[in-house]
Amino acid sequence: MSNKGRIIRVAGPVVGAVGLSFPRLYDVVRVGHLGLIGEVIRLAGDRTTIQVYEETAGLRLGEPVISTGQPLVVQLGPGLLGQIYDGLQRPLTRLSEISGQFIERGVDAFPLATDVPWPFAPRVQVGDAVGPGDVLGVVPETPVIEHRVMVPVGVRGRVSAIADGPLTVRDVAAVIDVGCGQLREIRLVQTWPVRQPRPVQAKLDADEPLITGTRVIDAFFPVAKGGAAIIPGGFGTGKTVVEQSLARWSDVDVVIYVGCGERGNEIADVLEEFPRSIDPYTGEPLMNRTVLIANTSNMPVAAREASIYTGITIAEYYRDMGYDVLLLADSTSRWGEALREISGRLEEIPGEEGYPAYLAARLSEFYERAGRVRCLGTGRDASGGNPVPRIGSLTLVGAVSPPGGDFSEPITQGSMRVAGAFWALSYDLSRRRHFPAISWTQSYSLYPLKRWYSRHVARDWSDLVGEAIALLQRADELEEIVQLVGPEALSDNEHLLLMIAQMIREGFLHQSAFEGEDRYCPLEKTYWMLKAFITFYHRGRRMLDAGQGLDAVRALPARAALARLKEEPAENAATSIKALVDQLVEGDA
Amino acid sequence: MAESRPSLVLKEYRTLSEIRGPLIFLNRAAGIAYQEVVRITDPDGVMRLGRVLEVSGNHGVIQVFIGTAGLDLKRTRVRFMGDVARLDVSPAMLGRVLDGAGQPLDGGPPIVPAASLDINGSPINPAVRAHPSEFIQTGISAIDGLNTLTRGQKLPIFTLSGLPANELAAQIAAQARVSGPSGQAETEPFAVVFAAIGITHREVTFFTEAFQASGTAERTVVFINRADDPSIMRLYTARAALTTAEYLAFVHDQHVLVIMTDMTNYCEALREVAAAREEVPGRRGYPGYLYSDLASLYERAGRIRGRRGSITQLVILTMPDDDITHPIPDLTGYITEGQIVLSRDLHRKGVYPPIDVLPSLSRQMKAGIGEGKTRADHAPVAAELYALYARGRDLRRLIAIIGEAALSDEDRLILDFADRFEREFVGQGQTNRTIDETLDLAWELMAMLPRDLLTRIPERMLQQRVWAEPDDTERAR
Repeated sequence: MSNKGRIIRVAGPVVGAVGLSFPRLYDVVRVGHLGLIGEVIRLAGDRTTIQVYEETAGLRLGEPVISTGQPLVVQLGPGLLGQIYDGLQRPLTRLSEISGQFIERGVDAFPLATDVPWPFAPRVQVGDAVGPGDVLGVVPETPVIEHRVMVPVGVRGRVSAIADGPLTVRDVAAVIDVGCGQLREIRLVQTWPVRQPRPVQAKLDADEPLITGTRVIDAFFPVAKGGAAIIPGGFGTGKTVVEQSLARWSDVDVVIYVGCGERGNEIADVLEEFPRSIDPYTGEPLMNRTVLIANTSNMPVAAREASIYTGITIAEYYRDMGYDVLLLADSTSRWGEALREISGRLEEIPGEEGYPAYLAARLSEFYERAGRVRCLGTGRDASGGNPVPRIGSLTLVGAVSPPGGDFSEPITQGSMRVAGAFWALSYDLSRRRHFPAISWTQSYSLYPLKRWYSRHVARDWSDLVGEAIALLQRADELEEIVQLVGPEALSDNEHLLLMIAQMIREGFLHQSAFEGEDRYCPLEKTYWMLKAFITFYHRGRRMLDAGQGLDAVRALPARAALARLKEEPAENAATSIKALVDQLVEGDA
Repeated sequence: MAESRPSLVLKEYRTLSEIRGPLIFLNRAAGIAYQEVVRITDPDGVMRLGRVLEVSGNHGVIQVFIGTAGLDLKRTRVRFMGDVARLDVSPAMLGRVLDGAGQPLDGGPPIVPAASLDINGSPINPAVRAHPSEFIQTGISAIDGLNTLTRGQKLPIFTLSGLPANELAAQIAAQARVSGPSGQAETEPFAVVFAAIGITHREVTFFTEAFQASGTAERTVVFINRADDPSIMRLYTARAALTTAEYLAFVHDQHVLVIMTDMTNYCEALREVAAAREEVPGRRGYPGYLYSDLASLYERAGRIRGRRGSITQLVILTMPDDDITHPIPDLTGYITEGQIVLSRDLHRKGVYPPIDVLPSLSRQMKAGIGEGKTRADHAPVAAELYALYARGRDLRRLIAIIGEAALSDEDRLILDFADRFEREFVGQGQTNRTIDETLDLAWELMAMLPRDLLTRIPERMLQQRVWAEPDDTERAR
């Protein structure tokens, strides 16, 4: 028997073949004389159905199909950070050196640089007993990330040799005696099948927020580290800008940014900006903590599907080292559409809106790969002696592009069921250039983070947030009344509320992602800003109660100051805004 | 793809099993390739071209470019050409008028090929793309000031039947310049590649005359597929135009502006083929791969690091039934870097160009403006104009219900501002404004308003401006 078959059908990215001897589902095959990469997605009798990750034009009936006998894997090792890959983890910069500015077919290159010597520092000694996930040694991958070389899953035994000093990714870092006289060589680079979640010891509760520097998220709808959030919004509502802000300012160690079926020019933007932008937490260029996966909308559709899995597997790998990892997927709708397109070519019976019936299951599988976990293996405390559990987290944020901005469509609905935070983008807000256009009425967060905030920021945090949200909702209702019967129908108190709501919208929720001081707002500043607005409201209420009119409130000098709080430098925000708050409180005296 | 080209003598088949719509089905066709070009000879001996859409077992599905009328099952012969569809290109195409297959329509000689390129192109490697950040001055305030276009961007104009989108496109083609760092326009204008996809004779005449009148004609390549031409060729006209643009931009270092009109006709042709193949339809009968197909066109805009040339796309599409959530504008908006939306309301008021700035957007704007590119005050001024105009529009809706009496003085000022903004800023007519003129006009309009209404402009910029009303703070009180 041979592992060679031949093509009997070509329809877009779907190829049929016969003659492969033992094809397994999700095995990688090479298709045609060009050796295009494909994956087995259906088996029926002698017939193998393959989705091909490259353009299939020119494939001929009878051309060979060769099975590799391996599932689709990613190569994991030092050198991932700072790279840009396509959906199949081909290094795009290397590809451009090989085949020029346009992506040619059948071109391949190893994902990691094979000639870079990494200074490997061992963390174990010969004779030590080690198991899966234990750290054998470390290399400084970037100035901010120490790459921990771990014992692969399924390997347990005693260290019989360990390297020390410069190693390339293909060199042997350690030899492990797994018993019965068998030795396993562990290299810096390891592989993992993308469709299989990497195992962990235990999933833990997510009780710490991911700090994003975006006020509306941090204050109103935070996502937990290890949680999942979705950002649905029609075109032009700012999904990509929100995702990019998260990639820049989130307080995580590693960011994996998956551009799945999106714009090439946006990837170019990230590629130009990130090496120049500075991470506010470490002072290093952002690229040192980032891996980009770019499968733009004109690249083959099946690879779009793979890009999501490639990204999340790399994310899990860094999580397993004990890091906080953020995976941004822009956009999961393109992934869903790729599933639909393949499903259509397979002539499967469609579910809702032509999507396959297994769409919801695939979405849940994906979002459930997020989590805060106790990693396999044990870490060592600072003295290097006592074992301590290693905790890592993987937070997932998926953009969703619902057709016509209508959230009732299957991908938004399927994602909402599994994501704990929902940041709904609103057409109405984006049209008045209120960014981020995250709707305060439709969005929500289910993560129990109140305790963290009251312990780490301020006791009255939840009260302030609760009052602000209630105030904004009430203002929306009042505005509807004004639309119907005119502003005269409102009392002074209601007018005050409308005024405060507008001030909060423009002075607090509106935040420029691009310019100056405001694009990153530390939590402390967020807190004091919110406190200032609510204190102003209380002051206004007291003035009205005391019989002073609305105009008196309007004339308070603090009103103009509040509108410009955003420009306040973050370093002295706490002191300067606190002074304003104190002044507002004392004003009564 | 020379390696996949068979060396054997080209075989001819007479094994048609079915003709359906624009498709023919062929039996016993071993060794044919997906997307291969075929020559079909009809019973009268006349030749037409087609392309393989699917191969399965030993039969193929072939799409016939100029339609299947007159073909039969017995005598029609099919020959496989061993290659995918290609277009002959040359720098001498500038100034010419061609059909979707690259054949002259202007009575001139055929194009002598300098190269023959796969019309599907290949995706640009995202790692070598340069981010579009050079400001293009179109001379139109609503675009330059509020939805700035950059070199290498793709921006559609969403229009409605009966609105002057063609006039706007022609005006942009004539006026578009790239500003140098000193703010002066570069002398070198754009080369224009114009794809007329399924448009009427009247519209074709309009464009050719407009290009002649503005002196754009000799730096323009025109590809024409008229409304009464075979609809399948619409799919090729767009690709031929983009292949030519890539050749001019990335081989001959030109800055190319591609204008394609009307993408709605393109999408309908795509739907026609999908329906004939009995594919599972997606929304409104359009195929599930409409997004991917449109992306394969729009993503051919851009710039490449280390190359001088660029491709900027301006795509016109008519929103069916004035519906922006229709799949064609919807999917387009998800791929392109923003959109310019025209409004029937403004058109009725006599505003030209009738650009509704609120739903319009340019995603590359932030990269193309500011100090050294346009002006330091550009971004805050644009943000302020948006916020004020949006408020004005809300107030208009309000007075329609409750009457003007209920308005405060501040509201009245904003209403006046919105009116003047539409009439003067947007409704500029056929004039060509520099970016300085556009921004100065914006300041002039904002000067109607008390200064503390302008919250989006940093304090220091307000201080720099000489305010028209010295007592504005008093008024606000």
